[in-house]
Amino acid sequence: MSALFELQAADVRFGQVTALKGVNLTIHPGERVALLGSNGSGKSTLLRLLHGLCMPTGGASRRDAAVHQAMLFQRPYMLRTSARNNVALGLWLAGQAWGEARMRAERALERVGLSHVALRNARTLSGGQQQRLALARAWVLQPDALLLDEPTASLDPHAKREVEALMDEFARGHNANPMTLIFASHNLGQVKRLASRVLYLEQGRLLADLPVNDFFNGPRLKEVSEAAHLFVKGEST
Amino acid sequence: MSTFTESAATALQLIASFDPVLLSIVGRSMAVSATACALACGVGLVLGAWLGVARFRGRLGVLAVLNTLLAVPSVVVGLVVYLLLSRSGPLGFLGWLFSFKAMVIAQACLVLPVVTALTRQAVEDVERVHGEQLRSLGAGPLLRSLLLAWDERYALLTVLIASFGRAISEVGAVMIVGGNIDGFTRVMTTAIALETSKGDLPLALALGLILLGVVLVLNAFIAVVRRWREDVQGSLLVAAGGASA
Repeated sequence: MSALFELQAADVRFGQVTALKGVNLTIHPGERVALLGSNGSGKSTLLRLLHGLCMPTGGASRRDAAVHQAMLFQRPYMLRTSARNNVALGLWLAGQAWGEARMRAERALERVGLSHVALRNARTLSGGQQQRLALARAWVLQPDALLLDEPTASLDPHAKREVEALMDEFARGHNANPMTLIFASHNLGQVKRLASRVLYLEQGRLLADLPVNDFFNGPRLKEVSEAAHLFVKGEST
Repeated sequence: MSTFTESAATALQLIASFDPVLLSIVGRSMAVSATACALACGVGLVLGAWLGVARFRGRLGVLAVLNTLLAVPSVVVGLVVYLLLSRSGPLGFLGWLFSFKAMVIAQACLVLPVVTALTRQAVEDVERVHGEQLRSLGAGPLLRSLLLAWDERYALLTVLIASFGRAISEVGAVMIVGGNIDGFTRVMTTAIALETSKGDLPLALALGLILLGVVLVLNAFIAVVRRWREDVQGSLLVAAGGASA
């Protein structure tokens, strides 16, 4: 199976700051990859690199050109217009006619349970609703891979569950075509529930890359990275 | 003091009686400045928004020039436009010197840097925080700049009003390129300068009061727009908080 994303000794530097250093990574279709690490560890930069929002300053980065991908941010930016128009915007930018885009936007809003606020100014929606709206905006593009940068970080528990459920639903996909999910998170429970593979980053270095079971259970994590083991232990207490 | 009070009283009488000379000067002033602002905003909003988003070699130099143009005296703008439109100038064939059009061009040139620089700042601030998200949706620099400018439309409304205030209150440029011809290119500021030098203080004072009134109304309008924006943003936050509760 060909890889969706491939990084070889990838570095990303912003001036004097090294955000990523020597990252080797291959992600295949259908994987659910969680990025763990403390603030400033390079999770967001890795997501941006995979999405093409920044370029490696060293090493190599390769993305399958045929892969459609969408990215969600911790605080989604909504234009000062209706929820429906915000979703339609993504389609319009992708080349769809505005009328068709609005019709598809309505279906996407229905999918995330926001039909009742379709005509409301998107900025009047709650944080959880805005994140679901952002998910609709991403999902409507029918991406093969969805990248999410701490999508539930600023949400209350109820909104968190709703967004998580949608992530899970989208990742399952349909017709045996699961969507690749790559998300950064601080929430270990969420990682356990959603991920099949966990990457641990520290100071821009990828220290651990394990299946989710091996990451949280058994001795392998400690063998691979003492730092990652301590992080998980610290976060669990 | 008595000269001032007498002049002020006569000025108020002129205003109250809708003096036709006064009204024609005020009407011309408003028309020139409104047209100049419309032209400058048409170009400046797009250019400023694009400069707020685009990254290219030499951008810092362009911004330095733009910021320098903010401080150019209106007489210098008038002089440059005069040289361009004068019979021997490159645009002399148009025959626009000492006309309404010449004044519009001069004022448009004067406020264009203001509109461009302020728009650039407003759009760049939002681009820094949210531009990446629009980029991730596939919006290129031009589309992104237009979307962000549209999203910041209430902030840009203040820019438009401020530029109109700058245009209507300037005297140097319109004096040079308009020539202050009675009934043809005489506007409020040039009329004030002329009437004061002639000693017709009531008319000058009446025009001064109206000019002051216009600027006052603009400032009040800016304040109302700002307050309204704050109220809208406040209600958005309350609504968002309520919705999340």
